[in-house]
Amino acid sequence: MTNVKFFPAGDHAMVVEFGSIIAENINQKVHALAGWIEEKQIEGVVELLPTFRSLMIYYDCHVVSFERLKRKVSEFDDTKVSAGAEKKKITKVPCCYGARFGSDLHDMEKILGIDKDEIIRIHSSVCYKIYMLGFLPGFVYLGGLDKRIEVPRLSSPRVKINPGSVGIGGNQTGVYPVASPGGWRLIGGTPLDFYDPDREKPILCNAGEYIRFVPIHIDEYYDIRHLVLKGQYEPEVIYDGN
Amino acid sequence: MMGIKVVFPGPLSTIQDAGRIGFLRAGITSSGVMDQEAYEAANQLVGNQSGEAVIEATLMGPTLEFEEDAIVAVTGADMCPQVDGIGAAMYEPIYIKKGQKLTMQMAVNGCRSYIAVHGGMDVPVVMNSRSTNIKCQIGGLSGRALRAGDRIPVPELTCSKEEIDRILSRKMKKVHYDTNVIIRVIPGPQDDYFTEAGKRTFFNSTYQISVDSDRMGFRLEGPEIENKNGVDIVSDGIAFGAIQVPPSGKPIVLLADRQTTGGYAKIGNLYTGDIPKFVQLKPGDTVRFQKISVEEAQAEWNKK
Repeated sequence: MTNVKFFPAGDHAMVVEFGSIIAENINQKVHALAGWIEEKQIEGVVELLPTFRSLMIYYDCHVVSFERLKRKVSEFDDTKVSAGAEKKKITKVPCCYGARFGSDLHDMEKILGIDKDEIIRIHSSVCYKIYMLGFLPGFVYLGGLDKRIEVPRLSSPRVKINPGSVGIGGNQTGVYPVASPGGWRLIGGTPLDFYDPDREKPILCNAGEYIRFVPIHIDEYYDIRHLVLKGQYEPEVIYDGN
Repeated sequence: MMGIKVVFPGPLSTIQDAGRIGFLRAGITSSGVMDQEAYEAANQLVGNQSGEAVIEATLMGPTLEFEEDAIVAVTGADMCPQVDGIGAAMYEPIYIKKGQKLTMQMAVNGCRSYIAVHGGMDVPVVMNSRSTNIKCQIGGLSGRALRAGDRIPVPELTCSKEEIDRILSRKMKKVHYDTNVIIRVIPGPQDDYFTEAGKRTFFNSTYQISVDSDRMGFRLEGPEIENKNGVDIVSDGIAFGAIQVPPSGKPIVLLADRQTTGGYAKIGNLYTGDIPKFVQLKPGDTVRFQKISVEEAQAEWNKK
């Protein structure tokens, strides 16, 4: 591997860092390495946590030392990893923009000088890459927000944001999976649960996949929500081979 | 199935086991016990296999009433356990009869106690673990701390008289927790975000555990650690015992209920073997940090 750095995160975890910025080609390598380690079944590896630009490897140092694990991981050939080479798994996420969910949409029109229909059009026309999950259960960090709708976070964060709220904060957009304080500007709400501990798969989507927001009317929101609560709604998933 | 009734829960008592493995990438942290050593001792003393769930009590222990006979052990912080008002030994199995109450007080030494019951606690396994994760609302009893009136299901004691006698003959040395400790730290992954002076401050100062300290992390009061060009990083993983330094310069040690990822530089990570004595510190107690390399730390750990 080239330009890769190995750092200890204590005696039971290692950070393999591919870069210091958020970029699709770097994140691709992180997920490719995670896949490679899982396939190789490297002895002593306990758990993998892919993040934007590095992979955290939890391991049992009774079985494998930092140095030995570093040597093993170095066998991975990251030069063959190319962005967009794989089929994209895209989950379609229905989103009711505005209404009672998008309380900051009006302020955003003023800040950005773009009307809300255009903000919604731009926000829902991109396939967002899930770079990683973190912060909260099922919280997706998405890449790909259009620069035209980047907007600073609220100067004073809200104490409580409802689950399913869709927001924009700086150059990031995403969905609050559980009730949480937060400083993102809210533009809409999805009837889907990004985290449901009682569901067989508690998490809706995984790092490395993509999501796309599909604008829906408030009536559809309630129809879908009703089905979600009964466990009868399957979000539409498409595969895009580029 | 017999049960243990929670008469008084204490300020924060949760059901925990060795932790939840495999869901970090979903944003779900490990949780699990803070003090692995005291936890393992409690399970061994009552004859459990490792990995069984126990109660972790914080600062003040619970009052528990037993519906049937049970073998119990209390380890970790000394919260003066009593059975029906009579002092009970720590680090020794205790035979508790049907209808008797185990009461505990404020901790006189240490901060976290572990209460294990022979047979373990029969709460549902959620995502590979029985550990309570309050933020994710999973594990333990409905993903929350114990409350008065709760009933914890426990398997009935079915062992023979000989087996019971054999378990009751066990004993371990009680652990004493200091209120002023030295903890070894492995530098990284972002120790290069701090100036030489900043690193010297970190390793040569005494820090005090702040009142804003919980299972998620301990905030430390003390000299500010100087950084080079800010402490914001592109968010990456946070291991158990990671020492994050926010813009205030005052370190925060992230523990069992930590967030899985974070955006502040981490100057180092606690050596795993020193985590038990660290998590037994109470607000107001003090700590100094000492540098150790990852190679030394792993050699030390493997001797254990």
